[in-house]
Amino acid sequence: MTPDYAGLFSALLPEASLVLGALLVLGLDLTLYRRHSPAERLSLALWVGMLALVTAGFQIWRAEPGPVFGGELMLDHLATATRLGVVALTLLTFGITQDSPAPRQSAEYVAILLLAASGLLLMAAAQQLLLVFLALELASLSLYVLAGFDRTRPESAEAGLKYFLFGGMAAAFLLFGFSLVYGATGSVELPEIARQIAAQGSNPLLVVGLMMILVAFGFKVAAAPFHLWAPDVYQGAPAPSAALIASASKLAGFTLFVRLLWPGFSPAAGSVTWLNHGPGWFRAVAVLAGASLVLGNVAALAQTSLRRLLAYSAIAHAGALLLGVLAAGRAGPGPLFYYAFTYGLATVGAFGVIAVMETAGRCERITDLAGLHRRSPLLAGCLAVFILSLAGIPPLAGFFGKFAVFSAALQAGGIRGPAGGLAVLAIALSAVALYYYLIVLKQALVAGPAAGARPIRVPRVTTLALLTAAGLIVWFGVNPSALLSLF
Amino acid sequence: MSALPLLSLVIFVPWAGALLLACLPRLGASASRALALGFSLSTIAFALAALVTFDPAVTGYQLVEHHDWIRALNVHYHLGLDGLSLLLVLLTGLLSPLCLLASWRTVSDARFFGLLFLLLQGAALGVFLALDFFHWFIFWELSLVPAYFLIRLWGGPGAARAGYQFVIYTIGGSAFLLLGFAAIFAATGTLDFVELSGLGASGVLGSKLAALGGFWPKAVFLGVFLGFAVKVPLFPFHTWLPATYAEAPTGVSMFLTGVMSKMGVYGFLRVLWPLFPGPLHAAAGPLLWLALGGVVLGAFAAMQQTDVKRMIAYSSVNHLSYCLLALFAVSAATGTSRPVSEAAAAALSGTLLQVFNHGISAAALFYCAGVLESRTGGRRGLNDFGGVRSAAPDFAGLCGVALFASLGLPGLNGFVGEFLIFRGVWGLAAWAAAVACLGLFATAWFLLTFWQRVFHGPRAGAAAGPFADLSGLDFAVLGPLVALMFLLGVLPHLLTGLFNPLITSWANHLVLP
Amino acid sequence: MRFLPWTIYLTLAGALLALAGGRRSAGTARWIALLTAAGTWILTLAAATRFVPGPGLQTLVDLPWIPTMGVRYHLAVDGISLTLLVLTGLAATAGVLFSWNVEERTGEFFAFFLTLVAGVYGVFLSADALLFFVFYEIAIVPKYFLIAAWGSTNREYGAMKLALYSFAGSAMVLAGLLWVYSSGGAHGFSFGELTHAAANLSRPGQIVVFALVFFGFATLAGLFPLHTWAPTGHVAAPTGASMLLAGVVMKLGAYGCLRVALPLTPLGFAYWQTPIAWLAVTGIVYAGLVALMEQDLKFVIGYSSVSHMGFVMLGLAAANPRAVSGAVLQMFSHGVIAGLLFAVVGRMVYDRTHTRRLGDLRRMQLYRLLPFATTVFVVAGVASMGLPGFSGFPAELTILIGTWAAGPRWAAVAAVGVLVAAAFTLRAIQLGFFGSADQAAPADSAGHPDHAGLHLSAITWPEKVGALLLIGTTVLIGLKPDLLLDWINPALQSPLWHAVLNGGAP
Repeated sequence: MTPDYAGLFSALLPEASLVLGALLVLGLDLTLYRRHSPAERLSLALWVGMLALVTAGFQIWRAEPGPVFGGELMLDHLATATRLGVVALTLLTFGITQDSPAPRQSAEYVAILLLAASGLLLMAAAQQLLLVFLALELASLSLYVLAGFDRTRPESAEAGLKYFLFGGMAAAFLLFGFSLVYGATGSVELPEIARQIAAQGSNPLLVVGLMMILVAFGFKVAAAPFHLWAPDVYQGAPAPSAALIASASKLAGFTLFVRLLWPGFSPAAGSVTWLNHGPGWFRAVAVLAGASLVLGNVAALAQTSLRRLLAYSAIAHAGALLLGVLAAGRAGPGPLFYYAFTYGLATVGAFGVIAVMETAGRCERITDLAGLHRRSPLLAGCLAVFILSLAGIPPLAGFFGKFAVFSAALQAGGIRGPAGGLAVLAIALSAVALYYYLIVLKQALVAGPAAGARPIRVPRVTTLALLTAAGLIVWFGVNPSALLSLF
Repeated sequence: MSALPLLSLVIFVPWAGALLLACLPRLGASASRALALGFSLSTIAFALAALVTFDPAVTGYQLVEHHDWIRALNVHYHLGLDGLSLLLVLLTGLLSPLCLLASWRTVSDARFFGLLFLLLQGAALGVFLALDFFHWFIFWELSLVPAYFLIRLWGGPGAARAGYQFVIYTIGGSAFLLLGFAAIFAATGTLDFVELSGLGASGVLGSKLAALGGFWPKAVFLGVFLGFAVKVPLFPFHTWLPATYAEAPTGVSMFLTGVMSKMGVYGFLRVLWPLFPGPLHAAAGPLLWLALGGVVLGAFAAMQQTDVKRMIAYSSVNHLSYCLLALFAVSAATGTSRPVSEAAAAALSGTLLQVFNHGISAAALFYCAGVLESRTGGRRGLNDFGGVRSAAPDFAGLCGVALFASLGLPGLNGFVGEFLIFRGVWGLAAWAAAVACLGLFATAWFLLTFWQRVFHGPRAGAAAGPFADLSGLDFAVLGPLVALMFLLGVLPHLLTGLFNPLITSWANHLVLP
Repeated sequence: MRFLPWTIYLTLAGALLALAGGRRSAGTARWIALLTAAGTWILTLAAATRFVPGPGLQTLVDLPWIPTMGVRYHLAVDGISLTLLVLTGLAATAGVLFSWNVEERTGEFFAFFLTLVAGVYGVFLSADALLFFVFYEIAIVPKYFLIAAWGSTNREYGAMKLALYSFAGSAMVLAGLLWVYSSGGAHGFSFGELTHAAANLSRPGQIVVFALVFFGFATLAGLFPLHTWAPTGHVAAPTGASMLLAGVVMKLGAYGCLRVALPLTPLGFAYWQTPIAWLAVTGIVYAGLVALMEQDLKFVIGYSSVSHMGFVMLGLAAANPRAVSGAVLQMFSHGVIAGLLFAVVGRMVYDRTHTRRLGDLRRMQLYRLLPFATTVFVVAGVASMGLPGFSGFPAELTILIGTWAAGPRWAAVAAVGVLVAAAFTLRAIQLGFFGSADQAAPADSAGHPDHAGLHLSAITWPEKVGALLLIGTTVLIGLKPDLLLDWINPALQSPLWHAVLNGGAP
């Protein structure tokens, strides 16, 4: 069987565009734009990057669906949707980068953003363990650098270091887990692995390998109890980095996770009800989900820093998304994708607002948002849309994401199953979540401005990005079929 | 049905007057008073017109108006007049202008007073004429609102508390009345008094309610009973009355005792007895004791009072309890084998006469108390006066007549009613009549005490100084009342002629065989 | 009739326009809000004239929405929803009129207000359970901001409590509905579909599902003991918002109980019927007794709302056509009366005197300073007592008739509640407007020395128009309740309710 290099190349065109874009950005900055001001250099780098992203997006759209290169990559609906989603979220991140506090080496920043995006694109399509690892590492290493990029603030360095250390350890777990799985099944291709597991049944080697993989992914998506890096990274990283970590990286991560677990390890899933005590990863993922939901929501109540609140809420959302992963066995990946993508939109938007506010002053504590409705009605309105979507208020997309995931979870085994019970838990905790989201909105929309607070001018590109994000959230909320019907 | 809806006019013309007064906020005092008086007089005019066409021999309802109203609840706009209601309409029509005249000089903000009073008058008339529970209850409850404000805004120092007690007691009773009728509607599907009377007489209502089982049929009876018992008032639900009557301004006290208390007695006769002949008979024994309690204790309490108005208030409890005594005696005696219809007819006649006559005499007495107050700047204690007879002989004369009429002296109007009641009760439950005599003695005692302390002896207390005799206005109020006392004392058949056939039919049909 | 969904869209458009208009001037925002509210009310009245009463929902719009889950965008109306739609329009218009004096951030105020109204219209028009739920939740967030930003006493706490309780209630509903949908194997979210699916659950399952859905909705309806958010929240809210919240939004909960919960599992309902009825009558009496003790006039009104909603829930619990029609009539009647009460206390009195404590008001003897407000409050008060001639009376009478047939004990306790209502209302009238309860106040005395100089601004035209609208409605329905009963009674003959309304047995 001759390897289909042509197919591989055309499937990887999006990644290639992004890498080329990164090189172009670096090159142009080194040569032509050396003498321009940092703001101009950033702006020009961003435009080139956006061009690369748009090209990538176009290529994803035109790509032929199906397995690629003998099954190493799979361009099914999930992959295509995720790749487009990552491109969209990265574009929005670029939009809000435009007027963030400009990093000193702006071209490098943009280039690494593009490299991270390309890693994420690859993650969405990978179906072979080594490729998975490669994509994951490409994305993660870029993200570590992005987290620590802001040399003016010590928190950024702390964030980068923590992220790197935790991430490195997780990568080790992942690799070890993969090798154990390879040892147990004799293959690195996910479909083959699935067949082997179905034939063999479970053995300790496999179980250990699975658990290690779960740990690694738990870290990746910031699920409790592997979430310890998240608050510090969300707090320390520059706003655009945090935006990307919170949105696109989560989306791609969950897509990868669901592809691994369901087609890949599904025979080892174990029983879906409480009663049957068969071994399997289903129960383990359910525990992760429950822990994340509870810890994320409860810890968020105590936060006074806006970014840390978003971090803990991210942990809670990760719990709900894990529920979506569990449900994907019965209902397919549609609900999960919808939730993850719209969650990403809301998070990018929220960090965009934070970015603008940091440029205009400071935005560390929630109370720094006070009087936002007077200082910038646009920011206040957009923030309201983003926060309410995170809270799950209809008719915004966040509600339908939760609804789709919860109803899929309940169908996967009924109320007695762990998934059903978790769904009920998640619904109950959403009332808790509403409390801290309303606290944020109270500052933004109700409280009066602090003494000496000046109106905030939002630059055009950022305005466009924020409005696009808000608009998409409203649109996908009113018309959920637009995304759900893709699956 | 007559071409002219006379009964609707009776009720709504006073309300039209109230509306007119409301829409003319800048109307002067004398114009307001004149307007109010004019609209108030319309009632007696319409009543006399009705009297002309009224045929006492017909025992059903006359001048009936019957229209569909709320189909969903089987409610109709149903008005009708029989002997009982005509009697009460005449009483109301007579007393209302006199009450307004009684307040002619003494109240401020005559426009608002007149407005409220006309509302009250219309509501009272509605109670006497309505024959379907829905609008009957509207009038019954609506009468409380103007009454409350009349007491509160123009009353004495304790008026706020008295008014509050009055409204809460009455609404309390009405809440149970409402519940009772809700149950009746649930069982029968109608709220019309005429239909329900038929069902009550034939026993169908009783059996339908009995379908609930347990305590509930009795509860329905009790609910309806409570609503009326509080209004009359029947002992021991009377505790709101003395304060209320005492604190209200003169004209309002006259109306309260003259008309509003009759709403309760009307309720017993029109609603409770026809609908629940069986339960009333079963409860008649204890109820007789309650009525006797009112008679005797009311009179004895009146004896203890030093405040003239409170004394008259307690005497109202006493006099009205006679009416209920008669009714309960009639109900208690039914079902025995003795021929009772003659005694029953006597008792019931007495009740209706007493209703009218007490209205007149009590109103006159309250007016006299008002005269005492106005001459002395608010004092009305028994011991504050002496020898008023020499200071104001006309006043003493007219007041004396009223006192003796209230006492039941033969030749005055109070006698016939009381006599017939006693005669009837003696024939139905002799022991009750014997106990009730105690009340007669006590009544005589306190009324004569009043007469002696206030009017006889040397001029003393507030009467020692200048004490004007009756003015023209006072004559305008007391004159007609006293004249009626004489007239009806000598010619009681002017009234009995209106309702004798009705009484006879009650005695024959309602009294269970 | 087909134009009824435009009430939702026009109100949302009005909200956006008011937001924009508020940038120009407060007056622009006000007029936009008034035109929107009055316009949509007229739409509902126009629909009412064309309405042909009958059993079952009459579809207005039915489009697929989320085909993968069987959710449809299905709007429909029947006599019950039409009654409540008319109420919403009236309450919204009156609310705008009584908020005429909002000066701060006027455009945003009316934007939130109209969004809330749009959510309410949506709930009453929904014929798909998920669509119902979506509109129900849309109404939650504007409530929070209206109270937190423009409210008075303890507003941040009151707003948060109200929002969280409402959300918790709706979370329970969502859990219940999803359970039925997934475990029962429903193919969609229409009411009939869900009832079919619920019948597939086991008996304990049906009981729990009913509890989740009913008590979730009952939280918003203020059923004892889930009512504690209501007095705090309504007192904290600005006048126009309290009128809408107590008047209409609490009815969303009761409507949810009626439309969604009751037909869902007749078996579950049969299990819970007696406890619900007892909770309802307890609420009637308990809230009335608390109102009797309260020192803040607005709290008295707040608790009186809880007490009146107890009547509604009692009617629903009794579950026969008479009682339920009385409950719907009471929903309408109380919506109007609560609006009047909050309007007087909030706008006419508090905005002028800046106090609501009965001890302070008693010294002011407001019947002399604000005669119009006093008259309106007396009318509203006696209407609230259930005095005949006003809309509360036929409603309470019908509920008592229906409840008597289902359980005489409950009716007896409810009658006690009527008495308690009279007591606390009269106390409020006395202390709030007529001065001390210890002495009478002669009508022409020279004015109390402490407040000889107290000058209160005259009643403005929006207040007068609003008050007259509401008073006129309550008198009209009090004298001619079959205007509404003729819509409601046929609607209750829908086959969906047969199982429940015939004694609650499956």
